[in-house]
Amino acid sequence: MPFRRFVETGRIALIADGPQKGKLASIVDVIDQTRVLVDGPASNVPRQQIRLNQLHLTKFRIKFPYTARTRIVRKAWNDAKIDEKWSDSMWAKKLQAKEKRAALTDFDRFKLRKARSRRNKIRSQAFFSIKNASSRNGSLYGKKKMAKGGDKPKVKKAAKAEKPAAKKK
Amino acid sequence: MEFIATKKPAKPLTAVKPIGGEKNGEKRVVLLKKRRNYYPTQDKIRKRPAKKCFKQHKRSLRSSIKPGTILILLAGPHKGKRVVFLKQLHSGLLLITGPFKINACPLRRISQRYVIGTQTRIDISKAKIPDTINDSYFRRERKKRAKKEEGDIFSTKKESYKVNDQRKADQKIVDKEIIGAIKSHPERKLLFGYLASMFGLRSSQYPHRMKF
Repeated sequence: MPFRRFVETGRIALIADGPQKGKLASIVDVIDQTRVLVDGPASNVPRQQIRLNQLHLTKFRIKFPYTARTRIVRKAWNDAKIDEKWSDSMWAKKLQAKEKRAALTDFDRFKLRKARSRRNKIRSQAFFSIKNASSRNGSLYGKKKMAKGGDKPKVKKAAKAEKPAAKKK
Repeated sequence: MEFIATKKPAKPLTAVKPIGGEKNGEKRVVLLKKRRNYYPTQDKIRKRPAKKCFKQHKRSLRSSIKPGTILILLAGPHKGKRVVFLKQLHSGLLLITGPFKINACPLRRISQRYVIGTQTRIDISKAKIPDTINDSYFRRERKKRAKKEEGDIFSTKKESYKVNDQRKADQKIVDKEIIGAIKSHPERKLLFGYLASMFGLRSSQYPHRMKF
């Protein structure tokens, strides 16, 4: 598997460590083996040196000459619509979801648990009804294991029980 | 350049006052700021701040705990339950109620140390809690022993606590108001379920990282 994301001028990276944690910036120039000059005009990252260990490279890259001024970087950033592309990416969405989860209060966690349990019950109900129907009519386990006399539809006693349960949500 | 000090006009320190009487010299030189007439030989006894007894102590309450807050109890027979905080009593302890119908936690006192204050709040400003419910209401009753006990010391049975009727009546009064307040909350159905459920930690849930 070849490398695809390189430390190069214009590479957009997420600052994962330090006081600028969580912000996007673009690499302007390489200082040495471990440090780069970074600038994020659209995300309030002042131009500064940063260690490569603190950066997580993204797949985005913009074009500007190395050591270009912040104004040039900003123009290239806005033209390429990096902020939009970033917020559409799965990575950014996962980060946002993580933030949300961390901000849940105890009541929120309770509500989430109830919602998840209700959703799973609906899922398993739907699954079992399909499974039972198809095993009874022979399409799942074959004609030999079919219910005797074919598949007769069950009398719906459960229709009443579904209504108040749906209201509870 | 030489520094020439400009002198302020000097204030007079003495005054000349005429006096009566023959052969007295007709005047005396008197100090305008008189000297003290008594110089004490010992230091003044200053009163030190007296130690305050418990009932005069300042009570503090965590900012996360406000009337109507839902608390999670961490210790005691009702640990793990989510209850409603009513008010802080004079002793500093918190007055709470389940409400009893929801989670079998009665009107009770607890220390704020054994409690997590959640961010969920109910508006109980309209709920009136009887003033008779205070620290002396909850005080334990000590049985008075007869002066000279005859027979075994071990013969006295330990009587288990029985709820008296006044407590039951007060519980009903308070709970009616509190449940009324919960019912006016937009998320009342979930709140009833929330108060009825118990708190627990699961895998990868770390309290120091969680928000309550």
